[in-house]
Amino acid sequence: MSTTRVTSVRDGIGESARRIDGVPKVTGDYAYASDLRVERMLWGVTVRSPHASARIAAIDIQAAAGSPGVAAVLTAADVPGRKTFGLEFCDQPVLAEDVVRYVGEPVALVAAETLEQARQAATAVTVEYELLPSVTDMAEALRPDAPRVHAFGNVLRHIHILHGEPDTAEVDVWIDGYYETAMQDQAALGPEGGLAVPAADGGIDLYIATQWLHVDRQQIAPCLGLPEEKVRVTLAGVGGAFGSREDLHMQVHASMLALRTRRAVKIAYGREESFHGHVHRHPSRIWIRYGATRDGRLVAADVRLLLDGGAYASSSPAVISNASTFAPGPYEVPNVRVEGTVVYTNNPPCGAMRGFGAPQVCFAHEGAMDQLAAELGIDPIELRLRNAVRTGSVLPTGQVLAGSAPVREVIERCVAMPLPEEEPTAGRDPISYPGGAGNVSRGESLQRGVGFAVGYKNIAYSEGFDDAAEATVTVRPTADGPVASIRTAAVEYGQGLYTILAQIVRTELGVDEVVVEPATTTENDSAGSTSASRQTTMSGGAVLGACQEIKRALADRPLDEPISRTFTYHHRKTTELDEHGQGDPHVAFAFAAERAVVEVDVELGLVRVVQVAAVQDAGRVLNPQGATGQVEGGTAMGLGLAVMEEIQLAEGAIRNASFTDYLIPTILDAPPIVTEFVEVPEPDAPFGVKGIGELATVVATPAVVAALRAATGRALNRAPATPEDIVGLRGPAESGERAPIPNVPGQKAIPEYLGLGLGQQELMKARE
Amino acid sequence: MDAFLPRTLAEALELRAAHPDAVPVAGGTDLMVAVNFGRARPPALLDLSRVEELRGWSRENGRIHLRAGTTFARIALELRAFRPLVEASRSVGSPQIRNRATIGGNVCTASPAGDGIPVLAAYDADIVLASGARERRVPWHEFFVGPKRTIIEPDELIVGLEWREIAGPGSFAKVGTRNAMVIAIAGICLQLDPESRSVRLALGSVAPTVVRATEAERFAASAISWDDPARPLAAADVAEFGRLAAAGASPIDDVRGSAAYRRHAVEVLAQRALHWTLDDRRVAA
Amino acid sequence: MVRTIVNGVEHELDVWPGASLLGMLRDDLELAGSKNACEQGECGSCSVWLDGDLVCSCLVPAIQADGAAVRTVESLADGGTLHTVQDAFLRAGAVQCGFCIPGLVVATADLLEREADPSDETIREALAGNLCRCTGYQKILEAVHLAAEELS
Repeated sequence: MSTTRVTSVRDGIGESARRIDGVPKVTGDYAYASDLRVERMLWGVTVRSPHASARIAAIDIQAAAGSPGVAAVLTAADVPGRKTFGLEFCDQPVLAEDVVRYVGEPVALVAAETLEQARQAATAVTVEYELLPSVTDMAEALRPDAPRVHAFGNVLRHIHILHGEPDTAEVDVWIDGYYETAMQDQAALGPEGGLAVPAADGGIDLYIATQWLHVDRQQIAPCLGLPEEKVRVTLAGVGGAFGSREDLHMQVHASMLALRTRRAVKIAYGREESFHGHVHRHPSRIWIRYGATRDGRLVAADVRLLLDGGAYASSSPAVISNASTFAPGPYEVPNVRVEGTVVYTNNPPCGAMRGFGAPQVCFAHEGAMDQLAAELGIDPIELRLRNAVRTGSVLPTGQVLAGSAPVREVIERCVAMPLPEEEPTAGRDPISYPGGAGNVSRGESLQRGVGFAVGYKNIAYSEGFDDAAEATVTVRPTADGPVASIRTAAVEYGQGLYTILAQIVRTELGVDEVVVEPATTTENDSAGSTSASRQTTMSGGAVLGACQEIKRALADRPLDEPISRTFTYHHRKTTELDEHGQGDPHVAFAFAAERAVVEVDVELGLVRVVQVAAVQDAGRVLNPQGATGQVEGGTAMGLGLAVMEEIQLAEGAIRNASFTDYLIPTILDAPPIVTEFVEVPEPDAPFGVKGIGELATVVATPAVVAALRAATGRALNRAPATPEDIVGLRGPAESGERAPIPNVPGQKAIPEYLGLGLGQQELMKARE
Repeated sequence: MDAFLPRTLAEALELRAAHPDAVPVAGGTDLMVAVNFGRARPPALLDLSRVEELRGWSRENGRIHLRAGTTFARIALELRAFRPLVEASRSVGSPQIRNRATIGGNVCTASPAGDGIPVLAAYDADIVLASGARERRVPWHEFFVGPKRTIIEPDELIVGLEWREIAGPGSFAKVGTRNAMVIAIAGICLQLDPESRSVRLALGSVAPTVVRATEAERFAASAISWDDPARPLAAADVAEFGRLAAAGASPIDDVRGSAAYRRHAVEVLAQRALHWTLDDRRVAA
Repeated sequence: MVRTIVNGVEHELDVWPGASLLGMLRDDLELAGSKNACEQGECGSCSVWLDGDLVCSCLVPAIQADGAAVRTVESLADGGTLHTVQDAFLRAGAVQCGFCIPGLVVATADLLEREADPSDETIREALAGNLCRCTGYQKILEAVHLAAEELS
């Protein structure tokens, strides 16, 4: 093998290489978790709480256990090991024991020969509940007399950031803004599912849809009372995730049933159960003040941010921290105060969703910047250019932005994109008007509006986490030339990671044939989560490192036998936040801007997004088609939160747990999206890459709502902006009193101060 | 669960009488949602999808007979002369749904948001019911008695919809929060009948059943220049028509929309539909 | 008992009457290509042809397949050769997680059987019942145009 073949390889980095998992996906052969089946498998079904807050007085499983085809009925008493789990803190029961804390909380499990029999038996499980007071409003949760979701109180974490002198800074003009975002659902098309197969050694083999194999194992094993080596997790096909597969869903449940019955157990959620079976995006309430000089230089920012974390911690502590650090926006602001709180309520738990806190604060800071621009009489784009951060800027946490930060270029290129042509109002195909297939328009009362937003977030995990990634690359000689294979525990759930990894191997080793082997905990150490826009950097870095070691080993000898190298890629060290929220918390940053053009039927409040122009700071684009695909999909998801997506809650119960009433954009709602990338390499990153996945979702929502404001003249401060908001039947969301600052011992999550058991942090620290 | 698969209407009616608890199913697009979600467990299904006599339509002596098992896809393709009916059919779900969902099923489910029902109401249609013993025609407003409640007897099947053909322009419109695949937050069907100088305005999703906004209808009928199709209606009259239409609605707040928005949407849609039908009338003349 | 022809093969199946055609395909015939993403006919990921009509198989009672011919996504590729629509989706980069893709491929093939060169509006109306969460639909539109070109 010769490394001089590198220049002639096709489908290497920089090319729009075809997906390596594409063919089975178009033929229908790709095996998603919900497609798995084995002989003699049982179907598992979960019994869930109908109440937001109640004591479990009694559970009667007799009738269910005696139902036709039933092999097992299990409750909390049957959990073999640790009773609780959690990504950051083990505060979430595998099955509710004494109390239920949210509607949908798992209470019992049934396994039966057929799915129908399991469902029937589940309805025969009788649970006697004694209702308890519940708190379902995030501001209410802060009141001292609010019902306590957990014994230690409703504050999960409070972040305090103080930089400069925001209270005494000299400001010419202040603006006050108030913004709200609703609870959004990831709504991945493939609902949760998997198969648990009991093993002869007393262990369990799991085939599941997830985002991080090793952190799943880390939580599953203690709950089953098993050592980690006896819990073997293999990745099954994942039908999208966007954060909803970061927490455990059916893994422990199916395992418990499998170990009890000694038979394989499959659990596959339907759509309704899926809404109850995963975490959602935190709803937010944000009070934001900007102080500036008359010529448009930001002097101070003051943000009070409140997130509703729901009944269990999930990754809320990390979300509030991220959100707080990005709250003032990608701007140089010498004086900053941010107070960010995430509270427990009896609402469904919230956790990771594409953007991880950044979408909420971006909605607020971009709305506030437009307010400031209007107040100062300065063009809103000019205002942003004047204040944009750059390499070397000091961020509100005191972190110096060391990496690439071509924010001005991102903004300028976005607004330079040609606007879509004006369209005639009359005579169009009826389906092209706002309201689409409803035939509500022949072009009446149409207004166009243009809106803009710029935002940023972190790449990879923060605050001292070492989310390293391991990968193994093997090259073997064959009669037809060398073949390479990649072994990684990294999860591919659609974004194209495996294709990128193959491209890296092709370029680095000059090998055309590259195979990615199934991801399992038995063959690999952790690759970290497929989230935080981190995998191209982290697993890409691991694969690159392994390739480089292979190249060195083969520098002066031929490839006459297989060679394998394993590499663990670490990003640079970051720090926690000190008592003033200062530190070096983030590895790297990526920036994005979008300009949205909307057409609004202002009488009916219906919206058609005409075009989105997107520019993203990508560092280096490894697969142009894949990268634009991520921007387009991310934009659609942000557009959804802007105009139609909202989990509606009543007393903690989801009212719209179906695709009929939780509306995600159809092809008739999605606009043409024009994408450009700015490629200023990130120093110290493999190939100079940054992550792509989340940024479009961060900025699309504020861009679209800003466009709606321009079209209607209304101060829309809530996402989604519904027809009622747009026609003015409902006024802007009321700010009410700023949420009071809770009294907390420090920056950490409260459970940590109480020694209540760690989660994924343990995994990180153990690896050092 | 049993299943009965009749091939003729007579067979179907016999089975219906013998097994009143067998749930009739044609397209299945409403029933199967309930079955899939475990909310319905019929002891038996009476599958009407093979009964050829339940499909198609005919015209006789100025009366249209549309058979109950005709799908919305077929209606959109074949009943082009009935513009509001086509518009309503095209607005139903997706191509996949339209290829299966039937007008009879829409009527039988009797949701106040059913897309075909405002059109039938505007047409003053009769529901044709058959049992082994007899066939009867029930005016639409006597057939629907509440949300998802009708006066159909346990031994009856809906075999068709009938209406007197009206030579005049009409329009259907429905509002939803996104541009496709929506259950109507509010819907209307407006139909002008120049021969009788009357106006029909049916409202959907804004009351326990589809209703006719009779005050708005009377107002429009007296305001329109029936003899002069080129003469537009004064803006104030169009506005009043909209107000009366909204007053004819008694909507509720629910997960899809608020009562206030529904009333507002009815007002706007009624005004627009009136403009469109008068424009169409002027152009046709 | 349901007697049906699926992808050209005759079957006689003992199916619970309350099962959907989707359930019958996936569980009784092990044709897992058609997906269950919503069970309500909202997302189109279960799209198949029933006697030549594009339908949501999750909403078709299995008994209605008795005496009928069903075609699924599995019928499109010819041995190792992808159908033009399938190939176009890959070339256009319209596949990400892929869960919606079997339904989209079937719905697209259906559209192109009836309309050789559909406009964007026609495509959007035809695919309005197929939800995708990953792609934002842009490349799906491109894939349909690409397939239309190739087929003409």
